[in-house]
Amino acid sequence: MSLRSALGHARGLGAAKEGVHHWWLQRLTAIALIPLTLWLVASIIGLSGTGYEEFLFWFGKPINSTLMILFLGVGFHHAQLGMQVVYEDYISSHGTRTAMTILTKFACYGLATLSIVSILTVAFKG
Amino acid sequence: MTQRNVRVFRVETPLKQRACSIMATPNRPLSPHLQVYRLPLTALMSITHRITGVGLTLGALLLTWWVTAAAYGETQYAQVQGLLGTWLGQLVLLGFSFALFYHLCNGLRHIFWDFGRYFELEQVRRTDAAVLVGSVALTVATWVQVVF
Repeated sequence: MSLRSALGHARGLGAAKEGVHHWWLQRLTAIALIPLTLWLVASIIGLSGTGYEEFLFWFGKPINSTLMILFLGVGFHHAQLGMQVVYEDYISSHGTRTAMTILTKFACYGLATLSIVSILTVAFKG
Repeated sequence: MTQRNVRVFRVETPLKQRACSIMATPNRPLSPHLQVYRLPLTALMSITHRITGVGLTLGALLLTWWVTAAAYGETQYAQVQGLLGTWLGQLVLLGFSFALFYHLCNGLRHIFWDFGRYFELEQVRRTDAAVLVGSVALTVATWVQVVF
């Protein structure tokens, strides 16, 4: 038996009016990461045992730099969403939990930006 | 230090005394607790999904380090490649690759669960096995490709 009203059920929104937004984004990024991860693994296998020139050549191709930027952006986004849930489940102190969430989100977006700028730098070199 | 969250209740009323005596009766079923309960495989796989997720977040630092070094130049890139080529570096990469494949395979199962599929116990047991076999197989296949 559902305790939700018919209207609430149809809208799928909670009291905060954003309902399943976090859950949805975590799934959306997860689905996007399936092909991106397989591509990244294949790329790393191809680049293993090769030198700098091959790295520049590989990411000099627009398709590869695009896929890498997507992996980094979507991957770090997925990471900070997941870390937030872990904190929410295990850290009972509201202050610590909020501080850790903010720190993780800042770190993830900072690292994503650094990685993306690096790939662009490589792409323009190669 | 103040103990704001700790409150001491004295047993005063007969009802409270009876409630306490029921709770103190031995041989009553206990709720599963981590220290007294052997986790079934499905529960172990669930917590492993989280652990690999946290591990992969930390492991993403390696990816950032790798591409940033490449952007800085050939010397920096060679340094990173050299460190990753040591036995310790290879061990970290082995763990990273397994965590990645496990999180990928089990994550795929989570998406099926989100669609309401595979919730029967027998199906969960079978997909437990599929996730484990799949993630080990993908890890082995990757390293066979890298080494040979």
